[in-house]
Amino acid sequence: MNDQITTPGSIGQETTTINLGPTHPATHGVFQNILQLDGEKIVDSVSTIGYIHRAFEKIAERRPLYQITPLTDRLNYCSSPINNMGWHIACEKLLGLELPKRVDYMRIIIMELARISDHLICNSIVGVDSGAYTGFLYLMQSREHIYEIYEEICGSRLTTTIGRIGGFERNFTPVAWQKLEKFLDEKTGFPYKLREFENLFTRNRIFMDRTKHVGPISAERALNYGFTGPNLRAAGVDYDVRNHTPYSSYEEFDFTIPVGSTGDCYDRFLVRNQEMWQSISLINQALAKVKEFKGKDAEVYHADAPMYYLPPKADVYTKMEALIYHFKIVMGETEMPIGEVYSSVEGGNGELGFYLISDGGRTPYRLQFRRPCFIYYQAFAELVKGSMLSDAIITMSSLNLIAGEMDG
Amino acid sequence: MSRPVQFNNTVKFEGIPEGYMGEGFMATNFEKVVGLARKNSIWPLPFATSCCGIEFMATMASHYDLARFGSERVGFSPRQCDLLMVMGTIAKKMGPVVKQVYLQMAEPRWVIAVGACASSGGIFDSYSVLQGIDQVIPVDVYVPGCPPRPEAILDGYMKIQDLVASESLRRRTSPHYEDLLNSYGIQ
Amino acid sequence: MALTNETIRTRLTEKFGDVLTEWAEPYNMLTFTAPAELNLKVMQFLFDDPQMKFIFLTSLCGVHYPDRTNEEIGVVYHMHNLEDNVRLRFKVFVPVTKPDVFSATALFQAANFLERETYDYYGVNFLGHPNLIRILNVDEMDYFPMRKEFPLEDQSRIDKDDAMFGRSNTLSEGARLQNSDQTNN
Repeated sequence: MNDQITTPGSIGQETTTINLGPTHPATHGVFQNILQLDGEKIVDSVSTIGYIHRAFEKIAERRPLYQITPLTDRLNYCSSPINNMGWHIACEKLLGLELPKRVDYMRIIIMELARISDHLICNSIVGVDSGAYTGFLYLMQSREHIYEIYEEICGSRLTTTIGRIGGFERNFTPVAWQKLEKFLDEKTGFPYKLREFENLFTRNRIFMDRTKHVGPISAERALNYGFTGPNLRAAGVDYDVRNHTPYSSYEEFDFTIPVGSTGDCYDRFLVRNQEMWQSISLINQALAKVKEFKGKDAEVYHADAPMYYLPPKADVYTKMEALIYHFKIVMGETEMPIGEVYSSVEGGNGELGFYLISDGGRTPYRLQFRRPCFIYYQAFAELVKGSMLSDAIITMSSLNLIAGEMDG
Repeated sequence: MSRPVQFNNTVKFEGIPEGYMGEGFMATNFEKVVGLARKNSIWPLPFATSCCGIEFMATMASHYDLARFGSERVGFSPRQCDLLMVMGTIAKKMGPVVKQVYLQMAEPRWVIAVGACASSGGIFDSYSVLQGIDQVIPVDVYVPGCPPRPEAILDGYMKIQDLVASESLRRRTSPHYEDLLNSYGIQ
Repeated sequence: MALTNETIRTRLTEKFGDVLTEWAEPYNMLTFTAPAELNLKVMQFLFDDPQMKFIFLTSLCGVHYPDRTNEEIGVVYHMHNLEDNVRLRFKVFVPVTKPDVFSATALFQAANFLERETYDYYGVNFLGHPNLIRILNVDEMDYFPMRKEFPLEDQSRIDKDDAMFGRSNTLSEGARLQNSDQTNN
């Protein structure tokens, strides 16, 4: 009787098929996995996505460039400022705009805040799925502080549509800078909370047992599957778009890229934690650099590109050229170059790419979003094969699968 | 010697239905009592599909605590829940799933459509998005916003509480309600 | 010696000759077009060659140019050499009547979902794909929505007033008149 039990979890009899359906507390977002189980061991799995397909790429063919920013918000909605900035960087590459340094530094602050916000959700949900609800409640408070900073800058909490092609819509108010410094305070702000969270989880025996050797992937397989972002770095490859093809003046900043070794859930958790520390350091550096601008330079928050950046409203009502530019931009009659550009940024989940083909018309001819979640979700079947059902749940949440980005 | 009876005067009694009170008993309208009990112990099913789901997570978290309204326990099984909170875009592929989940809920059940996408399709006027979940299931409260602030979600939730408190016990078997369900193809 | 666009172009023309056309370098990314039968060979060469080392498939998507007769549907591959930090893009074009392209899943596992998505959107038939079914749209859909001839909105709606949205209403107005009891007496 005992020799029928081959490996832990399996019962050596015929398999059962269960549906980890689109609505399930563990699937954060709607995607379906049909698992074939031998006892509790997973033999095979088939994934179905598309339950939130909103046809972004088709909608984008109908909208002028500045109207596509709200669409990009809703890709990886946990870190929407990164998507917005990435799209603006792609447009600026197409249009050939040069940005002043201060705008670049402000963008870096916003993007790193968004990265922290994304990793906060991912790591706290890994905790929730392994049974530890406390970390989630602690870290959601920090997310509320980040939301307050976004609200001060752009008015919205989650789907921010922050920034414009060519810079920002308004200069950051003094209140925003104050909130940012309060957030970064060593003793009472986010670094203290992050250290508290790490103390709860990183050397916690139960958490380590739940996540070590769960869902590992080797570096070659990860590269073949098109992994990017923290999942690839946990497997051992130090590919980070910020370092590799720097955008928005990242080359002037000093940051390290944390890399794991086995690519299992524990490594992914650690890599994300370390990236949050790196983000804090980047924001501090950017803040110091922004403070160096004094006087007139401190008022710069957008590029000098009247063809693509809306003029101030007071000018629109009084000056002729401003009125004409305003009309042309809003009606979509500005000159669009004919060409194709591929530009990518380091999103919360990896390389978020925008492939934009413009035919000179008002709207893009073709816009493809290279969505990291969509591409690395294919590896899920391989990651969970042979592990147990509860390991599949942890793997799913540690991969940070955001359904909005997967289906697009 | 018995201890004298003490009344706790500092607790404010809110929301007790009007009725006739006497020594050790209270006579009131049964519907009102049931409504009071139900409205303060709703078990929601968070059907979170996209961005509104993240705002719901913020509502559940400690800052905008939903648990103080009685929803400490969010359930994920429709058989055990009263309130279906649909948060996020529902694509046409997902429509049958929403209907399945709604059918599995036991009466009395309420539905709240959180967000612009669940109410009317939102900014996604495309071939693949269901333009509002009221195309497939009857909805009680719509919360607009993209995404609505947690305060707005709580406001919608409080309106559901008003509906729950004031609902007649005979509503679910009335012909009016059956006509409503039949118009959606639900028996 | 660092890998430059010039070197890649020279090596590719040495290996494949004149079949690679439409060379361009928009925004410093080398772009070329290959005939549809050779897409796997080009990718294999770029993958295996010790100087090329394009081991990462960044993205794969489709494009529809209704005006290019006999070459309407295009598949665009973006590849990346991580060591030397060089990207390139190449396209293959196939006619819309017979959109057959060899599948790259044997070489890159990343191409699996990407090719399903391209099939879903444009109808490109990837030969050799392990599971070529629709991925994002409903399974019962019988047309390929991203092709230029199909509209964005759902045409069978009757509850939305297209006139208010600046759209010429075709089916919705007709459907509304059919459904209502008004007749032109």
